[in-house]
Amino acid sequence: MNISLLLQMAADTWPDRIGLVCDGRRWSYGALLRAARGAAQNLSINGCAHVALLDESSEAAAIALFGAALAGVPYVPLNYRLADTDLAALLERIAPACVVGDVDRVVRLGAEGGHTALSRADFVIAAEAAADTASGDEIEGEGIAAQIFTSGTTAAPKAALLRHSNLLSYILGTVEFCSAGEDEAALVCVPPYHIAGIAALLSSIYALRRIVLLPSFDPDDWLALVSSERVTNAFVVPTMLARIIGRIDAGVDADLSSLKAIAYGGGRMPLELVERALELFPDTQFTNAYGLTETSSTIALLGPEDHRLAHASGDPAVRARLGSVGQPLPTVELQIRDEEGRPLPAGERGEIYVRGEQVSGEYRGRSALDAEGWFPTRDAGWLDEDGYLFLAGRADDVIVRGGENISPGEIEDVLMSHPAIADAVAVGIPSAEWGEAVGVAVVVKPGQAAPGDDELRTLVRDRLRSSRVPEKIAVLDALPYNEMGKLLRREVRARFQQ
Amino acid sequence: MKPGTKLKSAVCDTEVMVILGADVAIECGGAPMALERPATGGEPDPSFAAGSLMGKRYVDEAGTVELLCVKPGKGSLSIGGVALRTKDAKALPSSD
Repeated sequence: MNISLLLQMAADTWPDRIGLVCDGRRWSYGALLRAARGAAQNLSINGCAHVALLDESSEAAAIALFGAALAGVPYVPLNYRLADTDLAALLERIAPACVVGDVDRVVRLGAEGGHTALSRADFVIAAEAAADTASGDEIEGEGIAAQIFTSGTTAAPKAALLRHSNLLSYILGTVEFCSAGEDEAALVCVPPYHIAGIAALLSSIYALRRIVLLPSFDPDDWLALVSSERVTNAFVVPTMLARIIGRIDAGVDADLSSLKAIAYGGGRMPLELVERALELFPDTQFTNAYGLTETSSTIALLGPEDHRLAHASGDPAVRARLGSVGQPLPTVELQIRDEEGRPLPAGERGEIYVRGEQVSGEYRGRSALDAEGWFPTRDAGWLDEDGYLFLAGRADDVIVRGGENISPGEIEDVLMSHPAIADAVAVGIPSAEWGEAVGVAVVVKPGQAAPGDDELRTLVRDRLRSSRVPEKIAVLDALPYNEMGKLLRREVRARFQQ
Repeated sequence: MKPGTKLKSAVCDTEVMVILGADVAIECGGAPMALERPATGGEPDPSFAAGSLMGKRYVDEAGTVELLCVKPGKGSLSIGGVALRTKDAKALPSSD
């Protein structure tokens, strides 16, 4: 199995159709396949063990992804936002690699370990030049399509491995071949080193939906591209959606009439924001997707109909689903388990386990799957009576106070209900008496006075119970998020430890 | 048959990739498929000439074999003379 099959099928069926647009250059499926074959030949001659991308999104990401696949070496998109020391450590772990993108940085980091660095333009030109003599044969290699370093919000980055079989299962199970009309275009603004960036390339190519790349997210550029390219589909993380809505509210004029569907994921979506979006775009179909790097992207989704039903419903249980990530994909099995690994009934909070062909759960050197093939996600959550999945933070985020497990989410939800609070996080802080106690950091809405500590403590005590009452309260200008909208709890914890 | 194996029709352009394998002979246009297309072709048997569709997945009734059509052709797919049917998955909204 090889993911290059997806591009091959698109190019066989419709070689001249435009498959990708970036910085004004338009690539047909045929041209992308030719470049990927040329890249594969160059990579085979180079003999590298990995193909790394140290760059923003561009056609080079697609050519490197499929070129690496044909050449039988893993594609490793790197986070160019990492600090030098962290990036140097990752480069060392993938030597010898062909690194596409920021040549100066590779040289400056002194990553001598046999790496070959190529600029984006040089890589693409060389690939096109080699296309005529390339065999187009697939080399099987280890069967690994992509190696993605996890964001490491809790620990050092792990090298998650996605096999061709995992990614192909995901695409074949969720996307109908050539299902997009010629007018359809997907705006992709997630960074290439994120699983959503890879999944976006694969699913749009298999659907034959034109990919419009926005290399670096900016809400005004996003709105302008939707208008000029008549974009029909887009994926955003919650912080991006908030910024887009902010610009629309500020009066930026953009023609969004082509936009049929918005999918979102990658971090917690505030209820207020999704409700605002549903009102602002009454004819747009919203999909909330939940997935992990280790699961080849989406494993559960809340579809357009669920969004509208929940938004319009007077039934609190149905309405609450707007805050869920929907139901598991038909091709994935999902369970909530307790700390001993026993399955829990609906309504009880535990760790989310998944199983299926698309689930890799494999890291360089070890697999996290149990004997029956289940992957412990380390995400906490619960299912309602109808099988809708609600996320409740990372399993590691649980605050253990005097032997009692406290989910930060329940405290955060209560704090967020205060009219002056814009954002809130609860973390475990060291306590001589309890082992861990609750510390909270809040962000106050603009123009509002910060509520007193006692007021917030009373709010939590009244709605929950005394063990949930925060011992320490900090008021911050903003909470620390990474660029994908993931809250960096370790940074909040570190702040309380200072 | 290992998943990922590609089989070619002896009588038309059809090519399939094995997604779920079993140790059985796959036919296209009534003739056994093979790793390489034979030099001398032929025409599909009229009873198996409904054609194969690009990008469709084909399964047997027992669910032991699943194939993906990666090149379409005039012949239709069968196992032991029993036609395979397309697997119609529930349409999902795009989440990427």
